Amino acid sequence: MKKISTPYLLLLPGMGFLFTFFLLPLFNLAQTSTQTPISGGDTGQNEQTWRFGNYVDAFVANKEQFSRSFIYATIATILALAIAYPLAYAIAFKGGKLKNFMLVLVVAPFFTSFLLRTIAWKQILGEEGFVVPTLRSLGIISQSTTLTSSAFAVVAGMTYNFLPFMTLPLYASIDRIDPRTLEASGDLYANGFTTFRKVTLPLSMPGVVAGTLLTFIPAAGDYVNASILGSPQTKMLGNVIESRYFKIVDYPTAAALSFTLMAAILILVTIYVRKAGTEELV
Amino acid sequence: MSDLANGARGDLKLSHITKSYGDFNAVNDLSLTIPEGSFFALLGPSGCGKTTTLRMIAGLEEPTQGSISLGSTDITHTKPYQRPINTVFQNYALFPHLTIFENIAFGLRRRGIKDVDDAVNKALNLVELPHLAQRKPTQLSGGQQQRIALARAIVNRPALLLLDEPLGALDLKLRRQMQIELKWIQKEVGITFVHVTHDQEEAMTMADTIAVMNEGEIEQMGSPADLYDNPGTAFVANFLGQSNLIKGTVSGNDGANQIIDLFGQKISLQKNRSHAVDNSIYAGIRPEKFRISRLETATSGNVLTGGKVEDVSYIGVSTQYQVLMPWGQELMVFEQNDDGVAPFSVGEPVNISWEPIFTFGLRGDEDVEAGTEVSPDEDLDEE
Repeated sequence: MKKISTPYLLLLPGMGFLFTFFLLPLFNLAQTSTQTPISGGDTGQNEQTWRFGNYVDAFVANKEQFSRSFIYATIATILALAIAYPLAYAIAFKGGKLKNFMLVLVVAPFFTSFLLRTIAWKQILGEEGFVVPTLRSLGIISQSTTLTSSAFAVVAGMTYNFLPFMTLPLYASIDRIDPRTLEASGDLYANGFTTFRKVTLPLSMPGVVAGTLLTFIPAAGDYVNASILGSPQTKMLGNVIESRYFKIVDYPTAAALSFTLMAAILILVTIYVRKAGTEELV
Repeated sequence: MSDLANGARGDLKLSHITKSYGDFNAVNDLSLTIPEGSFFALLGPSGCGKTTTLRMIAGLEEPTQGSISLGSTDITHTKPYQRPINTVFQNYALFPHLTIFENIAFGLRRRGIKDVDDAVNKALNLVELPHLAQRKPTQLSGGQQQRIALARAIVNRPALLLLDEPLGALDLKLRRQMQIELKWIQKEVGITFVHVTHDQEEAMTMADTIAVMNEGEIEQMGSPADLYDNPGTAFVANFLGQSNLIKGTVSGNDGANQIIDLFGQKISLQKNRSHAVDNSIYAGIRPEKFRISRLETATSGNVLTGGKVEDVSYIGVSTQYQVLMPWGQELMVFEQNDDGVAPFSVGEPVNISWEPIFTFGLRGDEDVEAGTEVSPDEDLDEE
């Protein structure tokens, strides 16, 4: 019997799975994205014509939703980072015996369905919730302003839904920081803020990068928050793809949009990781 | 940057420092003056409060009571980054994301010094590692990291350098080498070093003055030779090296000496080496001060007769004997193997003698086991 090296054998099931259920469909999707409807055929009947103009058409028709996807995802990522960093820092350094319990609390929302939690936000931000009356009585929003079906609601929902994905990697990297390096920084004439800027933050960068990616990527492709908490004016690219597939049954456009989104995310992420990875943080 | 950090120089003075955690006093009413330019060691077993004391000097802990001053400046409540004091941390605490060069430059840059190259290179040369400037800490061995931690602190020319068990993580050979080097560097830079350790040999090798700490208080303070030759308490006698402590009573005077009765045998003790407060006394003799001899050999000085060799361990430079005395106590005797006399064998009857000036006297109500139950080599983080 020939000697086959074990690592390759171990890779085999995973590779097989990915090939069958990821690469092949992806290839299929790529084909679909360049098809055109058969003239005189039924809805959804397409033929392979290699029409790359589909991409241009799809992009031009949905520029607005496209940029909205990235703006919302960016805002949600920044908000999640702003909320999760202090949270992860507190759990890692001040959690003490409650550390594990607090981590369970961070993950606890996962025990309820994603959909249900998003729908719950509709209630929270609705007329019967406590947020709107409170803000109105404080005069922060006018009596006629509502929060549901708005960009605010969509971004709030995304921030909330992806918060654990930001918190966990941040916690993991902050928890690894040796508190003595922070003491050493104070000992070497750095005040609290400088210590954060020069020691804590650079040492937690792996968590910041991982957390922002895990938040930004799914947020950019998300359509649940926008469809439940938004309005036609807050449609994201995910919503367009969804309706092209399932409502209009325009497979080529949906496929072209999917690829465009994927490429855009890939490019942005590559630039971001390069920058975050090599930036001299000293 | 406050003027304080640049300005304050002089003796470090701790006045009636207490640090409490709940009901427990980690440090209890401790007063201490460390003269400028000295190499000072705080020596004691794990949990004796030495690290807490060091952290209070660094500003990482605040004393519950008492005050700390440097020269004429009170620094009790000054933030760590405002003190002209730097620390070499246990396990070094180098910044893993910075190069060795930037690690060393860290303190200088924080004080707004623009041109750091000269100072950093000098510090690197002082610890003899200039070729490692562009490496990251994880690429260095323990001994190299230790030197970089030292360079990172020294480059700031602090008024005071604190060393928290700095050699604890190194192997024995490297530790010996670093002890000599640290001593040399201290002389070279002239900065006051305060060194915390549980290793009595390390403290004795390096320090000018040692304060032996026990249960949050200073047990005794002095030069290494003072502490070793004339320990004031059983704790010090046992913690610094080994001691034979024999129960006795003061039975008379002979000029500058006291006559001590040890189970019927009379020995003499210099009065200024006795810490006893009444007639009840422990006579202390270090094992290497004893001479062991056969019954027919003439002896002089203090002599105890009627011993019997119980155990012999030959360890090259010396032979260690356990000698059982008539009153049932086993005495330790270390004999240099330099006299050509064949080793004594187990069961042999022997006499024990020593020069009277080597005797020290402790209070008769001391706990003779104090300081023995703690292993000096135990490497535990405090608190």
